[in-house]
Amino acid sequence: MSDPQDHLLPGGWELVVGLEVHVELATATKLFSASPNRFGDEPNTNIDPVTLGLPGALPVLNRHAVELAMRIGAALNCTIQACTFHRKNYFYPDMPKAYQISQYDQPLNVDGYLDLPDGFRVGIERAHLEEDTGKSTHVGGSGGRIHGSDYSLIDFNRAGVPLVEIVSRPDIRTSEQARDYVSELRAILVAIGASDAKMEEGSMRCDANVSVHEPGTPFGTRCEIKNVNSVRSLGRAIEYEARRQIAMIEAGEVVRQETRHWDENDGRTHTLRTKEDADDYRYFLEPDLVPLEPSPQWIAEVRESLPLLPSQRRARLAELTGQPATSEAIAVVVERGQDQYVEAVGHVGGDIGRALVHVKEAYAEQGPEPAVPATDLALLTKLEVQGKLTATQAKAVLAELVANGGGDAEAIAQAKGFEAMDTSALEALVDQAIAAQPDAWAKYCAGEGKAMGALVGAVMKASQGKADGKLVTALLEQKKG
Amino acid sequence: MTLPTVPSVPSVPSTAAGIAAGVRGGELRAADVVEHHLAAIAAREPEIHAFNLVMADQARAAAAAIDARVAAGEDVGPLAGVPVALKDNMCTQGVPTTCSSRILDGWRPPYDATVVSRLAGAGAVVIGKTNLDEFAMGSSTENSGFGPTRNPHDTTRVPGGSSGGSAAAVAAGFSPVSLGSDTGGSIRQPAALCGVVGVKPTYGYVSRYGLIAFASSLDQIGPFATTVHDAALVLDAIGGHDPHDSTSIPEPHSPLVDVLDRGVEGLRVGRITDLPEGADPDVAERLEAAFDALRDAGATVVDVQVPAFGYALTAYYLIAPAEASSNLARFDGVRFGLRVDAPDTNSMYSATRAAGFGAEVKRRIMLGTYALSAGYYDAYYGRALKVRRLIHDDFARAYMHADVLLTPTSPTVAFPFGAKGDNPLAMYLCDLYTIPTNLAGHPGMSVPFGTGADGLPVGVQVLAGTLDEATMFRVGAALERAALGPKGAA
Repeated sequence: MSDPQDHLLPGGWELVVGLEVHVELATATKLFSASPNRFGDEPNTNIDPVTLGLPGALPVLNRHAVELAMRIGAALNCTIQACTFHRKNYFYPDMPKAYQISQYDQPLNVDGYLDLPDGFRVGIERAHLEEDTGKSTHVGGSGGRIHGSDYSLIDFNRAGVPLVEIVSRPDIRTSEQARDYVSELRAILVAIGASDAKMEEGSMRCDANVSVHEPGTPFGTRCEIKNVNSVRSLGRAIEYEARRQIAMIEAGEVVRQETRHWDENDGRTHTLRTKEDADDYRYFLEPDLVPLEPSPQWIAEVRESLPLLPSQRRARLAELTGQPATSEAIAVVVERGQDQYVEAVGHVGGDIGRALVHVKEAYAEQGPEPAVPATDLALLTKLEVQGKLTATQAKAVLAELVANGGGDAEAIAQAKGFEAMDTSALEALVDQAIAAQPDAWAKYCAGEGKAMGALVGAVMKASQGKADGKLVTALLEQKKG
Repeated sequence: MTLPTVPSVPSVPSTAAGIAAGVRGGELRAADVVEHHLAAIAAREPEIHAFNLVMADQARAAAAAIDARVAAGEDVGPLAGVPVALKDNMCTQGVPTTCSSRILDGWRPPYDATVVSRLAGAGAVVIGKTNLDEFAMGSSTENSGFGPTRNPHDTTRVPGGSSGGSAAAVAAGFSPVSLGSDTGGSIRQPAALCGVVGVKPTYGYVSRYGLIAFASSLDQIGPFATTVHDAALVLDAIGGHDPHDSTSIPEPHSPLVDVLDRGVEGLRVGRITDLPEGADPDVAERLEAAFDALRDAGATVVDVQVPAFGYALTAYYLIAPAEASSNLARFDGVRFGLRVDAPDTNSMYSATRAAGFGAEVKRRIMLGTYALSAGYYDAYYGRALKVRRLIHDDFARAYMHADVLLTPTSPTVAFPFGAKGDNPLAMYLCDLYTIPTNLAGHPGMSVPFGTGADGLPVGVQVLAGTLDEATMFRVGAALERAALGPKGAA
């Protein structure tokens, strides 16, 4: 937002968004019991007296969940502090104890921030531990809601799964920033091993607090948008909600504070409950747990054990390749976790810039540890640098490498008959192209850059792709005089 | 103190220690011990109603297994063959556990409470599940959803509560020892009214895993017994850290049975000079006799003050109901227990809870919900927590001057049925002297010390600082010796 007015909505309205993101932690067991934390199992198999909230059962805090929550705090530049657990009381059939064990006024992580790839900083108010609920399926009736359904099925496998709720400050001003925030947060969570953060499986869930106001005036009344199931939907939901609120205000109406449900199908938000209907959660200190006081040593260990975060890895790759950290290739390669591989290609003598592009283009199906040995890709880039392979030829050899999980690029090139054309043979083809398209040549000489494409294309075609495009351009320039 | 006679096989000792010694030594069969107690139950249980469930078959099977192991030369543990009655708010795997509430009628827990597995590990035999005030809320066992328990000393009177069934079971000779739970006096007060020993240990001394919660920050399991030694024996078996209870104390504790003979020479016994009034004269007289007895045994009596003692009852009736309102919310008809069908979920919750809970439970849920509500939290629950802190601090100061404190356990001897039924506040005052200890988290025990009005038992309460069970038991044992000796009898 270099221009402070850039981001304003029509009518001069400013959007204000804060995000609440819930992520399921990648622990082996639940937050307060030894039942497995596993997605996709047969319903009601990962249960026990604690999970079901049976009378007499007591929670015991999972140390690994605490450690992962601390990693999130560390990665989001939070203060990690001594904290307590509270009960949040409300009745719902998939809430076994009729209260959720959560954190209230003393959360584990506070006062952090997350920098978006463009450098925009979003404040993190808190990132606290809590347990997930079970999952209800309402059968019959309309819209899959409990109201009006014939009956409901409950799967308690998810009940007690450890969650961290990450609450941003209302610093976000555009729907694009909101999407960037969630994408960047997701990348961080995956990179630090805290969560698989899959929005489609529900292991990452996002609620948006949306309001509008005129810059320089107090924030407007916010509405909380729920049921946003993808990054794309998040952008759409925020944009819809902003338009709705602006229309109301411009029509002289008052925005009510309420929770609204995003409907993916009709692209609108609908009232779920108003502030007046909101439960009084009657928070109080959970007497079945003792305060959680991570030692300074433990906190230091967690901070030191953090891997490089995506932003740091993008910056590093930018430095090594000379490309901007915001480039698409760098973003894609870091997201796939293939940046170390690209770096390794450089270490074994390859051209890291070409490696970056190749990996971005051809390694979409590969994970962080691609099958093609770094030395094999390095050799391919060396052949390119030496002018022995054109970009088109290199692409073909790369496809072969990826298909075979590696190989000798030079041998593949030879087998395909890829010999770099010598300059005299190429010059002959250039002359032929000029002779065949005098109009294009005249335009090219007159400075019409567009005409160059036709000439280069003709040469490439005549050479069956063996010509080096850069060399052809150089020859044309030379002949123009 | 005269206990009603029961049919008895002379060879079965009356104490847990005697039974365990006999069974371990092979002179006594656990099977005979169980039959002896089942016979006692058969004779008087219809009149007393101590039990919600007598587990005759399970007890016989367990006793047979103990005998087989003894015959095989195994060490079956310090409670070998000792029958134990469990308050029916402790989970027993596959065996109905009701909290004396209609809402749990028929529910069979899929797991054992930690105390239940520890008792089994020590060789004890569970003989039944005892009656209580519904969800342990009450001081007379009149609030049971399944009818009241009667005091074995006078069946026109209450046994106290909420662990009235467990106290009566021991007093009637149905089992030599039993377990109760104490949130505001629910072990000590019925122990006093039934003339038996009852102990509430330090909060966290015994695991709460599998104890159906009333007020989690106050609940604590403890034993009833006819002797201080038996109470120590049981507490030694059930105490100690449990990884399933985050509030259980991690440090190991040393056996209490070893300290009982150490006497009270040099101990400072505190008299609380600002103790709230309310004890009947017969009870006050027994307390004076207890001070005298301890002085005679070599202890010094010192005056201490616990100014916040008198505020404990009010704070308790905010804190305990607040926690209960949350703890009892899970009884919603969705997963277990009673469900009353209704057209929608919210109506089902209301219908189920309206039908399943008794009046006192409903009263406390409403009280607690209100105390925690937005706008009232600071004035009620928040202020009660501050009082709790004051009580804790006041006790801490008192224990700088005294090793133990002595008070009446109950202001009165056992009272007739219905005497306080229409007046909740009168009933709440039964726990005037026991409640502060729960708020402080300290241990307390009631030891029978003669009789008062109408020849009914009177208990004296011994209080001690955190984890100072050892000193408390030394004093308890000294009182017991005095009560049985020439000077004690009233």
